[in-house]
Amino acid sequence: MAYKIVASQCTSCTACEAECPNVAISQKNGTFVINPKKCTECIGYFDVPQCVAVCPVDDTCIIDTSVPRYQPRA
Amino acid sequence: MFDAPLGDTESNETASRVDDVMQRIAEHKGCGTHGGSGKASCGSAAGQSDLAPEIWEKVKNHPCYSEEAHHHYARMHVAVAPACNIQCNYCNRKYDCANESRPGVVSEKLTPEQAAKKVLAVASTIPQMTVLGIAGPGDPLANPEKTFRTFELISQAAPDIKLCLSTNGLTLPDHVDTIAHYKVDHVTITVNMVDPDIGAEIYPWVFFKHKRYTGRDAAEILTERQMRGLEMLTERGILCKINSVMIPGINNDHLVQVNREVKSRGAFLHNIMPLISAPEHGTVFGLNGKRGPTAQELKALQDSCEGEMNMMRHCRQCRADAVGLLGEDRSAEFTTDKIMQMEVTYDLDTRKAYQDKVEEERQAKVAAKAAELESLAGELSDIEVLVAVATKGGGRINEHFGHAREFQIYELSAAGAKFVGHRRVDLYCQGGYGDEDSLETVIRAINDCTAVFVSKIGGCPKKDLQAAGIDPVDGFAHEFIEQSAIAWFKSYLDRVRSGEVVHAARGDASIRQGAFIAA
Repeated sequence: MAYKIVASQCTSCTACEAECPNVAISQKNGTFVINPKKCTECIGYFDVPQCVAVCPVDDTCIIDTSVPRYQPRA
Repeated sequence: MFDAPLGDTESNETASRVDDVMQRIAEHKGCGTHGGSGKASCGSAAGQSDLAPEIWEKVKNHPCYSEEAHHHYARMHVAVAPACNIQCNYCNRKYDCANESRPGVVSEKLTPEQAAKKVLAVASTIPQMTVLGIAGPGDPLANPEKTFRTFELISQAAPDIKLCLSTNGLTLPDHVDTIAHYKVDHVTITVNMVDPDIGAEIYPWVFFKHKRYTGRDAAEILTERQMRGLEMLTERGILCKINSVMIPGINNDHLVQVNREVKSRGAFLHNIMPLISAPEHGTVFGLNGKRGPTAQELKALQDSCEGEMNMMRHCRQCRADAVGLLGEDRSAEFTTDKIMQMEVTYDLDTRKAYQDKVEEERQAKVAAKAAELESLAGELSDIEVLVAVATKGGGRINEHFGHAREFQIYELSAAGAKFVGHRRVDLYCQGGYGDEDSLETVIRAINDCTAVFVSKIGGCPKKDLQAAGIDPVDGFAHEFIEQSAIAWFKSYLDRVRSGEVVHAARGDASIRQGAFIAA
């Protein structure tokens, strides 16, 4: 239902935190994490997930396959 | 003894490459090449007489905007802005080494409150610290709240400190009014191209209005925003400096056009810096084997852009958390742990008194140079030489050869002494060991110089320098640089005339690329 951040790749640059429309991103143990309960994959806000688009390291903000994909309410 | 040609093939190749660059650059008509004898000394070396009074007032104590000031005044950067909104092929944010000295690298990030405390602590310890800049490690205007909160806190606590920031310009037009509101009167924009096709080779993407743009589209947006931001700043009377990274094979010729475009939009100073590129930095350019320019390639480009616009030659490409005079870094004295324990009292009067002393010294230096320059009047020789100077600051030859971590380079001619650059000679970081022969490093870095001025030098390096065709000069210890250089140059011309020495062209020199070992 959400994106997640690969901690080993995160540079802690804070760029994603400011862009997230759901305020789902926060700092934890030096890097950033996405709260899967808050993440909407930016559906309803933007065409692309903002954390993916702004992250300076490719393949760092990725789909968290351990939770189901986000389903917007009808 | 002065003609020590470089015999190896690599140097010959370098020389022909330089000739090629110089040839192509000479074809550009917009700006002259060498400032001949009739031309006022330009460059950021410009002094009071070369600048409009209102500009001089703004830059005279700014080490990054005035070459003259950088001998006397210090700056600091606070790393409050980690986020960035564009990707550059010469930058890798993941690589983060405490010993690394490149823009975009910091040891620790600060909150605006920590930054304000740090500024007060540094200003109280280093009274000649007059300038506070925010330069990242990301882009200050991609972190507008943190950047402007920092400016707000500092302008309240230390109103005499000048504020400046350095940006890629992508969001600049959105923030010009806020920049004016906080009386930030110095802004640097990094402009590497004005042609989106060239931009596509430098910038893989930009993040703009909630979308990632790539290729030509990205560069087109970036250049449009940069030029608009520059125009808006100059309309409001905010001084703008342009930084450009010279990337051989991509924008080396193009930067002449960049120079023309930014000049026409009112930029006050252009700083063309060499690409820093090595595979161990993990940048796209580093991994693809892109090389930085040689010292003479860089100088040829800077010379060719030096028309009506001042060129900056003293940039040290310092870290986003550097503290101190340009060329030194005292940031280790001011870590967050240390400053939080410091008792700080901000004493404006003491700072003022100290700066008045600096000003006296500075005037003495200017007078000494003027007097010496007069004695060059009537000199008709067209000989030009470069000399290297070991200095700790204050505009004097006051550093021991063996202790010098950089040399300042002056071009001497019948027109006088002109600052044209500096060369870092720190030990290179090689797999964690600084084991390179330091004397070889120094000779490579100043190989295009005819002489090196030092306060003192040992017998062994003296012989090695002479063998390399570089004259070690220690007879002007603790004297003013320009005055001494001109005096030496007069005697050099006399010796050439008498046949005692044979004047010969020097080769090229290399610009430091490796990681810097801080201590």
